[in-house]
Amino acid sequence: MLIKTHEDLKKLSEKAKAALEQYKSRILVCAGTGCVANGSLKVYDALVKMVKEKGLLVEVDLVEEVGHDNVGVTKSGCHGFCQMGPLVRFEPSGLLYCKVKEEDVEEIVNTTVVNNGVIERLLYEDPNTGEKITTQDENPFYKRQVRVTLRYCGRIDPENIYDYIAHRGYRALSKVLQEMTPETVIKEITESGLRGRGGGGFPTGRKWSFAAAQPGPKKYVICNGDEGDPGAFMDRSVMEGNPHSVLEGMMIAGFAIGADEGYIYARAEYPLAIKRMRKAIADAEAHGLLGENILGTGFNFKIHIKEGAGAFVCGEETALIASIEGERGMPRPRPPFPAVKGLWGCPTIINNVETLANLRYIINNGAALFKSYGTATSAGTKTFALAGQVQNTGLVEVPMGMTLREVVFDIGGGLRDGKKYKSVQIGGPSGGCLTEENLDLPLDYDELLKVGAMVGSGGLVVMGEDTCMVETAKFFMGFVQNESCGKCVPCREGTKQLLALLTKITEGKGTEDDLVLLEELAQNVKAGSLCGLGKTAPNPVLTTLRYFRDEYLAHVRDKKCPAGACQALKEYYIDPEKCKGCTVCARVCPANAITGDKKQPHVINVELCLKCGACMEKCKFGSIIIR
Amino acid sequence: MENKEIKFLQVQQIIESHEAKVSHLIAILQETQAVYGYLPKEVLTYIATAIGISPATVLGVATFYSQFSLIPKGKYIIRVCDGTACHVRGSEPIMMAVRKELGLTADKPTSDDLMFTLETVSCLGACGLAPVVVADEEVHGQMTPDGILEVIKKLKTAVTDN
Ligand SMILES: Cc1cc2nc3c(=O)[nH]c(=O)nc-3n(C[C@H](O)[C@H](O)[C@H](O)COP(=O)(O)O)c2cc1C
Ligand code: SF4
Ligand code: SF4
Ligand code: SF4
Ligand code: FES
Ligand code: FES
Repeated sequence: MLIKTHEDLKKLSEKAKAALEQYKSRILVCAGTGCVANGSLKVYDALVKMVKEKGLLVEVDLVEEVGHDNVGVTKSGCHGFCQMGPLVRFEPSGLLYCKVKEEDVEEIVNTTVVNNGVIERLLYEDPNTGEKITTQDENPFYKRQVRVTLRYCGRIDPENIYDYIAHRGYRALSKVLQEMTPETVIKEITESGLRGRGGGGFPTGRKWSFAAAQPGPKKYVICNGDEGDPGAFMDRSVMEGNPHSVLEGMMIAGFAIGADEGYIYARAEYPLAIKRMRKAIADAEAHGLLGENILGTGFNFKIHIKEGAGAFVCGEETALIASIEGERGMPRPRPPFPAVKGLWGCPTIINNVETLANLRYIINNGAALFKSYGTATSAGTKTFALAGQVQNTGLVEVPMGMTLREVVFDIGGGLRDGKKYKSVQIGGPSGGCLTEENLDLPLDYDELLKVGAMVGSGGLVVMGEDTCMVETAKFFMGFVQNESCGKCVPCREGTKQLLALLTKITEGKGTEDDLVLLEELAQNVKAGSLCGLGKTAPNPVLTTLRYFRDEYLAHVRDKKCPAGACQALKEYYIDPEKCKGCTVCARVCPANAITGDKKQPHVINVELCLKCGACMEKCKFGSIIIR
Repeated sequence: MENKEIKFLQVQQIIESHEAKVSHLIAILQETQAVYGYLPKEVLTYIATAIGISPATVLGVATFYSQFSLIPKGKYIIRVCDGTACHVRGSEPIMMAVRKELGLTADKPTSDDLMFTLETVSCLGACGLAPVVVADEEVHGQMTPDGILEVIKKLKTAVTDN
């Protein structure tokens, strides 16, 4: 079906919406990467089969009339709460079932689908209060979130273009082509205060105006879906859950700067996201929403997909361009900026997936509404990937300016296993580690920079008392050292030296002089590197040195790891009061380091001990501890 | 021998489908690696000639990206995620368990019988299920050292069954 005019689109949109409203009930089974890994496709198949057997199923493509008594079963994208998956959501009630298994399907159909009943055991249980939560909106994980970018992720079928259209899909594009000029689009985006969600936080409208001012005829729009931050998955979730919103955003950007071609650069590690994006492109083309003379306005736009090949630095814009051109993904000096001289030497803008997915909202609802969320200098909402030692992990979209405490404790439900809060690492390998005192800090681009961290792509790793901060700094340094492209010496060699120093400290071989060296070297790497990777790589080291110096000192002075995490500094010890002399530990010890007579307290010879932990795991009496 | 020729034909087709464009080099290498399981040196030279650039350039690209391997890999690839979310939830003990079971080290990722290759990746985008392991293309969440040994055992028996 070709959508040739604005009127066509509007009519289709109303028709699809009406079709959706006619469902008695619609069941959305999460088919994002996480839930699929937990078996959600089996749940989906079983649901379809059973609902069909009851004679209730209707398979519609939303452009046909639907009868009133019918039930739809649909696959959706990621809801961001993958930990609880597979998730099954019911419309219109908003009922949410967690950890659904194939075996549960029969009961779901009989109880919930046929009789509108609720199955208690499939509800989310608040880990802190034990309360059972019925709907998604009441769930403490979702309650405080404000979903703008992720609004339809988990609510629509990402592989059905009509579902997107039913939710005002492509209407922002239509509005732009019908009522606006490139200048007014740029003005609207500038006024919205939208800043790039890919890490830098550069004002999007300003970036576009540079590219718009460049002479054509050839310009490009690149969607950065490389998502290299290890532990962040918001871009994956958007590409999987609402791919058309990314295409619509790219076209709006293209119209604004005068580009007619775009590239999506996606990580090869995201096969499902790539598959969904490809399908979305094919569907949009088949409906005339992508290609030549879009909506009869003379606007043309083509989109290609490029798969990455596993290099973190390719997320950096100039390296990404090199990679699309088929070369090694090495950053190039700026200026010239891509807006002036980008892909194949043409003016190019690069925007992050999340940035682009916000555009339809701004165009549809106006800059003022978007700006009503967030703070004076950080407008709108931002998605964070909450991970680590919290109860609730997942994707959390909140208005900017919310405090870390609210995110970690109100949404994240606090620490798991009764652990004590210690730190949160924010902004991925470029970010920093913050302390308890920083918990009331608002999540805002500028506030975070002030304390040495950054919003970055939005990784938020919560760490409890048993996480060693030196080890954490070492982990991130290991990552960037491995990913340094090697072009500049301070980054290539400096990160190696930093890693060596950190390793030395975690092995208990460090000195106080090493801490001085560490700081000095970190500053040099920052100052002497060409691209953002090297410039920000030392941040985890610098912030841990600043906020957790005591812990470094314990490692170098007392040769102790206060968190008990550093392997080399661990000392296994048998508490003679608790030991029953059962001899189990002595038998499993691969080093024969444990001696003792039957029914007598055993002893570990620290000289022989390999610190493998086997004894501790096997002791039924909890007599073996690390000190 | 025949097999070798078929593969070579496939590479030719891959290059043709990308119109021998230099800008498609990464995609060509990805598809070629899917055919061989790795990138043999002589094939890299062939690709270079076919698209008209120096073998050194092709080698440079192939060695830059971590996805490419110039040496043969095992039949089954076990990829342990060591991204931030997985790291803090204990990906290291999983890696250790695999190494111990298969007699591997950091410098020796492939088992002698060419059955298994152990790789680490940084983030598979399934962080909510940390720690995550992908074994033979299947994603396993909330993994444990014992759990991965089970998976390996299953893969081993799948082989002997065949
Ligand atoms: C080492 C490095 C890695 C980066 N990785 C990403 C990434 O994975 N995704 C992304 O959108 N931006 C990444 N960026 C930022 C991009 O260079 C660029 O600023 C961004 O894509 C611009 O889009 P935005 O203005 O919409 O944020 C990275 C930057 C650096 C220095
Ligand atoms: S700072 Fe590091 S990653 Fe960036 S160009 Fe220099 S060597 Fe490469
Ligand atoms: S296993 Fe525990 S109780 Fe038994 S001998 Fe060892 S330390 Fe003592
Ligand atoms: S940690 Fe390992 S080597 Fe050390 S005493 Fe226990 S079992 Fe033996
Ligand atoms: S994949 Fe289902 S909630 Fe994320
Ligand atoms: S950190 Fe392991 S899947 Fe993201």
